Amino acid sequence: MKPEELEIKAAAELAKQQAFDVRLACCSSTGCQSSGAAEIITNLKAELKAKQLDAKVQVVGTGCMGLCSKGPLIRMTSKTQKDVLFSDIKPAMAGAVIDQVVAPVLGGATIEAPTGELEAHYLDLEQPFFTMQDRIVLENNGRSDPEKLEEYLVHGGYQGLRKALTMSAEEICKEMLDSGLRGRGGAGFPTGLKWDLTRKVQNDVKYVICNGDEGDPGAFMDRSVLEGDPHAVIEGMLIAARAMNSTNGIFYIRAEYPLAVERIEKALRQARTAGLVGRNILDSGWAFDFEVRLGAGAFVCGEETALIASIEGKRGTPRPRPPFPAVKGLWGYPSCVNNVETLANVSRIMLRGAQWFASRGTDKSKGTKVFALTGKIKNNGLVEVPMGITLRQIVETIGGGTGTDRKVKAIQTGGPSGGMIPEHQFDTPVSYEHLQKLGSMMGSGGLIVIDDQDSVIELVRFYLDFCVDESCGKCAPCRIGGTQILRLVDRIVDGTGTQEDIRVIRKVAKAMQKASLCALGQTAPNPILSALKHFEPEFTERLQPVATAKA
Amino acid sequence: MSTAIDVTTTVKVAAPKAAAEPKDEIVVLAQKWKKKRGSLIMALHDLQGRLGYVPRESAMKLGRAMDVPLARIYEVVTFYNYFKLEAPGKYIISVCTGTACHIKGSDHLLKGLEKELQVSEGQSTPDKEYHLQGVRCLGCCGLAPLAAVNGKVYGKLNTSESHYLIERIQEDKPMVVAHEEVEAE
Repeated sequence: MKPEELEIKAAAELAKQQAFDVRLACCSSTGCQSSGAAEIITNLKAELKAKQLDAKVQVVGTGCMGLCSKGPLIRMTSKTQKDVLFSDIKPAMAGAVIDQVVAPVLGGATIEAPTGELEAHYLDLEQPFFTMQDRIVLENNGRSDPEKLEEYLVHGGYQGLRKALTMSAEEICKEMLDSGLRGRGGAGFPTGLKWDLTRKVQNDVKYVICNGDEGDPGAFMDRSVLEGDPHAVIEGMLIAARAMNSTNGIFYIRAEYPLAVERIEKALRQARTAGLVGRNILDSGWAFDFEVRLGAGAFVCGEETALIASIEGKRGTPRPRPPFPAVKGLWGYPSCVNNVETLANVSRIMLRGAQWFASRGTDKSKGTKVFALTGKIKNNGLVEVPMGITLRQIVETIGGGTGTDRKVKAIQTGGPSGGMIPEHQFDTPVSYEHLQKLGSMMGSGGLIVIDDQDSVIELVRFYLDFCVDESCGKCAPCRIGGTQILRLVDRIVDGTGTQEDIRVIRKVAKAMQKASLCALGQTAPNPILSALKHFEPEFTERLQPVATAKA
Repeated sequence: MSTAIDVTTTVKVAAPKAAAEPKDEIVVLAQKWKKKRGSLIMALHDLQGRLGYVPRESAMKLGRAMDVPLARIYEVVTFYNYFKLEAPGKYIISVCTGTACHIKGSDHLLKGLEKELQVSEGQSTPDKEYHLQGVRCLGCCGLAPLAAVNGKVYGKLNTSESHYLIERIQEDKPMVVAHEEVEAE
């Protein structure tokens, strides 16, 4: 494909879409699929055909719109009025949607909010859950069909790559550095810097690897991007490859995400056919292609060196660093592993410029972050917010609080590597630095809410048990330390714990933090340490009474 | 039948061509993945996708065909949670034990299913109808607590009504839909 053809194809697709008076976009991510999204789409199409409205109304599947607890969702866009969002739609309601809303709108009526049968299924788009978001990574989710390349082109798809092809590798790295983009997998390392370090290593073979392992329990941001906007990730990878003079690309996706694998493979096939991947990309003479590799159920494989070992067909055990993957990675070649959300930002940054991205966020944490709001929260689902927004705004305004008569006790960010943040600290702005100062971390974006009925000890025990189970076993601090701490926490939970046990927990935790080979072991003590910091009474009240305590 | 060979009337006839050896699917699978460096895990996924688990004999065959020592295969198969060494039941019930599901009672759901099916987590029923396992976060946290049965997700489950899930399974009979294999390119 020649570069100019991108615009021509985009315009053609836009014209095609605008030939319809109404467009119904139905969420078709894994969650909504399990609630019948595919059937809903089939039924809608059948109803429209039967009523001879199919020439006027387009029905497409789209990516995660965010309010997962109220799915499946359908968004109606039309030429004559503002968008309407439907929730909790069942396949049998397809007829009602057409008769009570679509048909009247086609007839010239304006539907503010549906009444009757559909009244309970209407979601106000003006509510904070939607208005307070700043969707960059998720901008195509809810808008475009992830299974059609042309739909991706309509909103500037692959124009970022086009621009990158006119720049030098050094220039692309600088642009990324200026944007302030930091790794969204959790560590927050500046992406531009990581790329530049890899770029500087001269080698004939270099790898760009997409980390789609998303092992944090309670996190599904990456899944939604891979399923809802696969081309954005592909474009991001291609730009990354240009930035580092890489020669091969690999998608590493966890096996628990079959739909994500399917969508990425389909998108790659489409891109190859269109000359956007493979040989002579955008007529530039450059060739680059990808392999897709599956994980097999190991949390530790989210760690970059363990991930590399997994691609090499081995047990997922990390390696000591240095040498870093930038110097010696996959098969010994320089490699760069990037998170899915990080890559989805890349194409937008290339398209709209570093300054556009850097204009949002705080001074050290630029851009936005996608969070998965789960647990005891009313508006359960996926949100993308600008950095700097407060935790309270996320949990209470956007999330709607618990939605029951119970109060929010705390949140947990960063998954098994993160920490508890009690309610009285919710006025903290979201940024890498702020969350770390609170004893937690940004993590990949999982944000678990617990209420006053939930036990903090129980939750940290859950995370600890997870880390102990998922530990690869290679290094002693993690393998032994984790088990020892878990044993001690169990004693406290059982009521046989002592003050000495808490002291030992702290000591072993310190050893793990200092001596573990990888971040799994280094951060496994975080939940328990932060719980002791903020919720110590919950531990001490379970200890044996001092008079009868034996060492 | 006479056992004496009648030397004078023996006619040399061409031996009938042996029926073409049916291509062993494991060998075919190995040939496909052998071309890709480090693709042992992909080959094992392929194998488990066909057989439901990784039998020892198949692992041996795969090892020979891919030139990978059996020990290496077992290193991998015992490390990654995904691979099964024993044939599972027909309906594999995967109860999600991710954080959101945990907070909403996945432990309770799992225990209820253990009681309902009379098995422990990680086991199959004697009649090989069901296999029960806890799995890591499936990424559908908005539908917590949930279980996936052969890939079909059942969300917002009532953790005290595990028999309801069994009924749904018998009604839906979810089986893995064969989809396009991951290309070895």
